[in-house]
Amino acid sequence: MAERLLEVKDLNVKFATEDGIVQAVDGISFDLERGKVLGIVGESGSGKSVTAMTLMGLTRGINARFDGEVLYKGTDLLQVSDRDMQNYRGNELGIIFQDPMTSLNPVYRIGEQIAEAIQAHENVGKRAARARTIELLRQVGIPNPESRVDDFPHQFSGGMRQRAMIAMALSCNPSILIADEPTTALDVTIQAQIVELVSRLKDDFDSAVIFITHDLGVIADIADEIIVMYAGRVVERGSKRDVFYDPQMPYTWGLLGSIPRLDRPRPERLHTIEGSPPSLINPPEGCKFRPRCPHAFDRCMQEPGLENRVETPGHLDRCWLDVDYKREHRDETISGGSTEAA
Amino acid sequence: MLLVLLAVSFIVYFIFIVIPGGDPAQRIAGKVATQANILAIRKKLGLDQSFIVQWYDLVKALFTAKLVSYSNQTNVVDQIKQGLPATFSLAIGAGIIWFGFGVLVGTISAVTAGRISDRAITALALIGISMPVAWLGLILRFFLAGDGGSGVSWFPDGGYVPLSANPAQWFYHLILPWLTLAVLFIGFYGRVLRSNILDTINEDFVRTAKAKGLSSRRILVKHVLRASLIPIVTLFGLDFASVLGGGAIITETVYNLHGVGWYAAQSIASEDLPPLMGVTLFGAMFIVVFSLLVDIAYAYLDPRIRLS
Repeated sequence: MAERLLEVKDLNVKFATEDGIVQAVDGISFDLERGKVLGIVGESGSGKSVTAMTLMGLTRGINARFDGEVLYKGTDLLQVSDRDMQNYRGNELGIIFQDPMTSLNPVYRIGEQIAEAIQAHENVGKRAARARTIELLRQVGIPNPESRVDDFPHQFSGGMRQRAMIAMALSCNPSILIADEPTTALDVTIQAQIVELVSRLKDDFDSAVIFITHDLGVIADIADEIIVMYAGRVVERGSKRDVFYDPQMPYTWGLLGSIPRLDRPRPERLHTIEGSPPSLINPPEGCKFRPRCPHAFDRCMQEPGLENRVETPGHLDRCWLDVDYKREHRDETISGGSTEAA
Repeated sequence: MLLVLLAVSFIVYFIFIVIPGGDPAQRIAGKVATQANILAIRKKLGLDQSFIVQWYDLVKALFTAKLVSYSNQTNVVDQIKQGLPATFSLAIGAGIIWFGFGVLVGTISAVTAGRISDRAITALALIGISMPVAWLGLILRFFLAGDGGSGVSWFPDGGYVPLSANPAQWFYHLILPWLTLAVLFIGFYGRVLRSNILDTINEDFVRTAKAKGLSSRRILVKHVLRASLIPIVTLFGLDFASVLGGGAIITETVYNLHGVGWYAAQSIASEDLPPLMGVTLFGAMFIVVFSLLVDIAYAYLDPRIRLS
C-alpha cells in the first residue's frame, strides 16, 4: 500500500462575517496516498477552494475558526504555528491557483519568482536556483527556457503562465500538489494540455494531487477518487468509476448532465441545475440540496448521513432515495433528454 | 516640454494683464506722476507694444537672463539663483522626511489595520492634513522657537544659515521648516500608501507569494510594498518638484527663509510681473523635468510599461 500523505478528519471551517457565521466547510474527511489523484468537484461556493486553501494554511485569519484535523504525515497542520507553516507551504505542499493572469507578480521576472520559492526552502545559491528554474521550465514544457526565464509575466500567454505556476509549485518537490481550478481561466485545448501535464508531473515528482474543479469532464481522465461537494459538505464520494457510472446523488447527476459529451446522443439542451447554491450562513434544513432537487420527498427534511448505500464498498453518498429508483431515473438528468431538464 | 513652458508663461502673463490695478508704469511713476511721465515709462518698458510683442520680449529677456524686475530693477535670474540654496535645502530635507515617514506611517498603519495604532495614525494623519501650513508654522515658532512669548526657545526663530558657512546651524535652523512642510505630506502619503497596501494585500500574487512559503516580512517588503509604492512615487515626484521649484511659499515666508518661494511672495506683494514670470517658469520647469523622471522611474518599477 502506498504511503498515506494526508488524512483530513471532520474538517470544519467557519468565517465570521458582518452578516453572520459562514460555514464554508462542514465536516469533510478524506485521505490521500502518494501517487494518487483526488478530484474535488462542486459549484462555486461549495467549499472546495476553502478546503484547499485551508490545507495550505492560507485561510488563517482573525475571522476564521477551524475544527477537526488535517494530518500531513502525522502532523496536524491546523495546530502548526504560522511561522512553522512557512516550511510546509511550497516545500511539502504546492498549490496552483485559478487565474494565472493575476497569480504572478507583474513586476518580477518569471525566473526570479520561481527561484525565490527554491531559495526560501533550500540553502542554494542564486546560480544553482536559476539552473533549477530553467530545468523546471523545461519540464513544464516552456520552449526555450534559457531565455524565457528572464521574461516578465506579461510576456507569457495564459497557458504558459499556468505552466510557470506549476513549475513554481513543484520547485521544491512537494509531496502534495493542490491544483485549485487550474484550467478554468484557460481555453479548452490548453486545458487538456495542463491536465495532461499535471498528471505526468505527478509521476515524475512522485507526489499526490488534489485537483479541484467545477467541471467533472476535466478530471475524468486523471482522478482516482472523486469527492463531490455541496454547501460545504461531501455529498458523494467514490472512485472515478463509481461517480461517473453509478452516481447516487441527484446533484452529481446534474453536474454530469452539464458536461457536453460525444459518447451519448446529443440532447436538445445541456442540463442545468435549477436555482443557485444555498446561503452558507443559513443553510436549508435537512438535505442541503433539497430545495433544488427534483426528486426531494418528505424524508429529505432530515439530513442523510454520508453512508455506503450501494454494493461497492467505499462509495458513499448523502441521499435517501432508493438505489433502484435512482438507477432508473438518473439518466433523464444525465443525458438531458427529459423535458424537466430542458 | 518647451511648449509647456511657453504656454505657462503665456497664461501667467495673461492673468497679470487682466487683473485690475496691474499697470506697472503707474506704480513705478509714483503717486504724483504726470501723464507724460507714465507714458515715458511705458515706452521704456515696452508696455505700449501689443500684447503678443510684450509677452515675446519678456520671455526672450528671461531666457537670455536679462530680465529685470519692475520695482527695483534687479536681475530676476540672479535673484532666483540667490534663493536656490535655501529652497533646495528646505525641499530636499523636507522631502526625505516626508517620504520616509510617509512610507513608515502608511506601512505600520496598513499592517496593523483596524487596531489601535492604525486608528491613532489615521487620526494624526487627518490632523496633519487639515492643519494649514501657515498656522502650523506660526504655532511652532510661537511655542518652540526664539522667545515668541512661550518662554521656550529650543529652536532659532527663522532665518537661513548657508550649509557652507555652518552645517550645524544650517541643520538647526531648518528643523522646524522641514517639519512644518513635511507634516501635511506625511499625513497624505501615509493615507494613500495605507489604502494601496490594503488593496495589494488582496492581490492573487501576494497569495502566491504566501503559498511559496515566504516569510511575511519578505512578502510585505518585496511583493506588497513594491507594488504599493508605484503611485506614491508619482505623487512624490510632482510634490517634490513643486517644492524644489519654489512652491513652499508659505513655509519660506513664515520662517523667513530667503528662497525662491519667499521671492515669489515678495513679488506678488508688489505686483511685480517679471520676477513672478521667472519664478513660475522656474517651478514649471521642475514639474516638467520631474514628470519625465517619474515616467522613467515608472518604467523601472513596472516592467509592463517598458514595452508599451
